[in-house]
Amino acid sequence: MRNSVVTQTTLELMAVTESPSPRQYEILPKLDASGELAGDLLEVAMGPHHPSTHGVFRMDVVLDGETVVKLKPVFGYLHRNHEKIAENTSYLASMPYTDRLDYFCSLTNNWAYALAVEKLAGLVVPERAEYIRVITAELTRLQNHTCLVGFLLMDMGALGTPLMYAFREREKILDLFESLTGARMMCNYMRFGGCRVDLPPGWREGAQKIADEYPRFLDEFENLLTGNEILLSRTQEVGVLPRALAINASVTGPVLRASGVDYDLRKVDKYGIYDRFEFRVPLGDHGDVYDRYMIRILEMRESLKILQQALKGIPDGPIIDPKTKLRGFRPKPGEAYGRIEGPKGELGFYLISDGSPNPYRYRVRPPSLINLTVLEDMCLGHSIADVVVILGSIDIVLGEVDR
Amino acid sequence: MLGTGILKGMVETARNFVGSYTDEARLTTVEYPEERIPLKEATRQFPFLVFDGDDAQKGMRCVACQICEKECPPQCIFIVKSKDKRTDYKGQLQFYPATFDIDISVCMSCQICVEVCPFESIKMDTEFELSNTDRFGALLLNKHQLAKSNEHYREIHPTDAAESDAVIAAEKAKAEAKAKADIEAKAKAAAEAKAKAELPAATVPVPPASGQV
Repeated sequence: MRNSVVTQTTLELMAVTESPSPRQYEILPKLDASGELAGDLLEVAMGPHHPSTHGVFRMDVVLDGETVVKLKPVFGYLHRNHEKIAENTSYLASMPYTDRLDYFCSLTNNWAYALAVEKLAGLVVPERAEYIRVITAELTRLQNHTCLVGFLLMDMGALGTPLMYAFREREKILDLFESLTGARMMCNYMRFGGCRVDLPPGWREGAQKIADEYPRFLDEFENLLTGNEILLSRTQEVGVLPRALAINASVTGPVLRASGVDYDLRKVDKYGIYDRFEFRVPLGDHGDVYDRYMIRILEMRESLKILQQALKGIPDGPIIDPKTKLRGFRPKPGEAYGRIEGPKGELGFYLISDGSPNPYRYRVRPPSLINLTVLEDMCLGHSIADVVVILGSIDIVLGEVDR
Repeated sequence: MLGTGILKGMVETARNFVGSYTDEARLTTVEYPEERIPLKEATRQFPFLVFDGDDAQKGMRCVACQICEKECPPQCIFIVKSKDKRTDYKGQLQFYPATFDIDISVCMSCQICVEVCPFESIKMDTEFELSNTDRFGALLLNKHQLAKSNEHYREIHPTDAAESDAVIAAEKAKAEAKAKADIEAKAKAAAEAKAKAELPAATVPVPPASGQV
């Protein structure tokens, strides 16, 4: 049944390739023949040290009064040579570096990389490890979306309150991560063919407690925010991303789904054991910031459903494929692409092996970077204050954009 | 009605504000230096070198095999192998690290060194209050600063330490059994050699006789 959706999406993709990129709020840029600014336009470099850019990121904005006429994202300030470093170290040694891509969701990054290497080397993940992976990934999604909503509200001027409530809840999840993996954010937990350590005693109960209590927090959070008139007026009809453009720009994740495209890799790819869980994929209607905010809230609720099912069904058994080797790991020559539905979108790792201990080519498909490409289309015609909100709603992390 | 959403939100804020005085779940902060949250058992910060016994340098388990140096993702470990050898707990002759430095300003606490170490000799510490006024020298730890006793390891990671002790004990038992077997074999061989040496005396006339034939 899901397959039909995939084909439909693919067909749509083919169909809309021809259409020009629509810009709903087009204002004629007041540029003269040579492309220089004319009249009273003002060019502002927003960033790289602007607090609302979520890291070191610059937007070269051309303003007509307060209205954005042109916007150019400039990034690369946090470039750390991730791909080249990975090509020069062993497969295992790249694992902790993947934590530092999207530092909010280290466990999903680990999973995507492990998935690619497992495809390359033909490793089989034991049942229990698959369940642990799903549980940790959904917890990661929960804390990422919680933070994102907090940050989004911070961008709108709700200084502190929603963010503090979000961080209070996130701390509980990070405590769980720490007791499992040893680190709060840089988990470095998954290994090729399984996970590093088994769940410590009491961990499952802790995760169950979060899964049980989180809906209450979400209700509170929604009471605080969803009906708030200021939030509504700041988000509705702001930063609309049309469906066709979203598909054309290969936007993924909640941003794509907020534009009404039913594309979730957990349903499409069914990687890991996601075909065993019952959950729905929330879809937006208008593709504005409000939809993107709402999608996150709804996705958290679906994540909780998956968590409940996974915690119930987790079996006993080994947590790592006995064939896997820590040292001297040399997969056969070949190539593999492993992708997962990260909290921010499709996170993929493309690896080519030439039989040596290092990958010959190592490439990351970062969702943040690719989602960022539609920023200008979303911002044109809005005020500079809305740019901040729109950028916040894409949910970028500069560690992943610049790598 | 316009404004109800905001009022609803205000009620939520008020509930959290009042709750922070009465409800543990709503007030999660602690006054840090005076009050500390107990560390999780799995917590890891920076590596240290385990030693057995009283003398940190003599009892150090590290045999300078340099696997951790090779596998360390940010390359923060620097090891120089000793020229001479010494006997380890198994009674085997092993190298020891003449120099073992870890630059903890580079270390990213990934614990891959711990995973790849075959000798249970490098483990993760939980010490996190490491701020210092010296940016370079103070953060480059040498083998004297890195050496910490097995008792310390048992204290910070009881479960892991028990596993590690079991591995060491098994290795030791194996080595002892082997040594015992070796001694027995040697004794047996010696006895046989002795017997052989004595044997010709008893049957002296035979070999020359056969040799002459």
